[in-house]
Amino acid sequence: MPYNFTVSPDFTPDHLSGWFIFNTWIQKQLGEGFHLELYNDFESQRKAIEEGKVDLIFANPYDAAMLVREKGFSPLVKPASKSDEAIIAVNAESPINCVEELQSGIKLASTDDPDVHMMGMIMLEPADLDKTNIEMKSCDSYVLVAKELLRGNSDVGFFLAEAFNDLSSMVRKQLKPLVSSQIQVVHHSLMIGPALADKKDGFRQALLSMNEDEKGQGVLKSLGFSGFEEMDEEEMEFMIDLVDTLLF
Amino acid sequence: MEDMKPEDITGEYQEVTLELYGWGPRKILYSEIESPYPDGRLIVSRTDTKGMITHVNQSFIDMSGYTEEELIGAPHSILRHPDMPPAAFKDLWDTSARGEKWQGYVKNLRKDGGYYWVKATAIPNVRNGEVVGFTSVRRKPSRKKVEECIALYPTLF
Repeated sequence: MPYNFTVSPDFTPDHLSGWFIFNTWIQKQLGEGFHLELYNDFESQRKAIEEGKVDLIFANPYDAAMLVREKGFSPLVKPASKSDEAIIAVNAESPINCVEELQSGIKLASTDDPDVHMMGMIMLEPADLDKTNIEMKSCDSYVLVAKELLRGNSDVGFFLAEAFNDLSSMVRKQLKPLVSSQIQVVHHSLMIGPALADKKDGFRQALLSMNEDEKGQGVLKSLGFSGFEEMDEEEMEFMIDLVDTLLF
Repeated sequence: MEDMKPEDITGEYQEVTLELYGWGPRKILYSEIESPYPDGRLIVSRTDTKGMITHVNQSFIDMSGYTEEELIGAPHSILRHPDMPPAAFKDLWDTSARGEKWQGYVKNLRKDGGYYWVKATAIPNVRNGEVVGFTSVRRKPSRKKVEECIALYPTLF
């Protein structure tokens, strides 16, 4: 039976093939079979985790607490110099120029990407906005969030900063960022489940030295990463504690 | 942690001596100059179980005006502003001691005597079932909530 590998559903479509290439690289490194299962949304991925169908995951920071504290996962690595940050934007023609000018009852376009949504909601707090006084529309992608703003269907949108910067320059020109987070310590991480615990040290070493050979560099490039950095248990616990404070 | 020094203070200031929890008396020099909370940032720190700072992020350093060397090992009450009622910090410590999360609006004191308002959340760091310290994360507060605290806090002394 192969082990099961999955990726946080918020990966950018450009890197879809990269994750399949990475899955092949893992199999060669560990000499074990891995099946890459991609889920359409966080809900179905969490159900699979709950049912014990995941052994290795590139996880959203929002899910890290559940993976570590309830499912016995531990961190391996994180992408080098790549934290998750959120941007709140409006239509470029909007009279709104800062978060504090947003009023109760606004229409918000967001995705089901949990860490970006959490950071976005925190950045709305200075305007006294929360889920009780906004109207939220959930979109399947950041491109659709942008469309909501361009069409004037929503007043304000949450974006993963990377996704916002990946929008075409024509679309970006029609949007106005109000605020960008600079949190720096919230990021995705590759996490290993209890069934693979005995392979952890060797696997981590292979991941950390990926950018030292041509093949590894090619795999990293297909994922859009420059390399991996070690993530130890205490760093993960710190990130979990931090996310915990933001959910309170 | 030393008393505050006049040469570090910007603008006109007042002087008061505060009895800091777990530390003792400290001479405080404070002005009426407010620093706005920077958009999109989180101020993060960790302390040991006695409230001594073990970690700060760059936003903490920038907003407090102290260097990292001055902050590590100092009591978290280095930020204690005389306008904050002792009852608020008693609530923070009582709540944390029970292993629960605490949240509140806090007026923090800068090294230069100025101040900044934050929405603060403190949670216990539990490792292997034991509380080994606390993480505190501060974010930009709503001005409306700050105005409510400006009215309320003087009544709590």
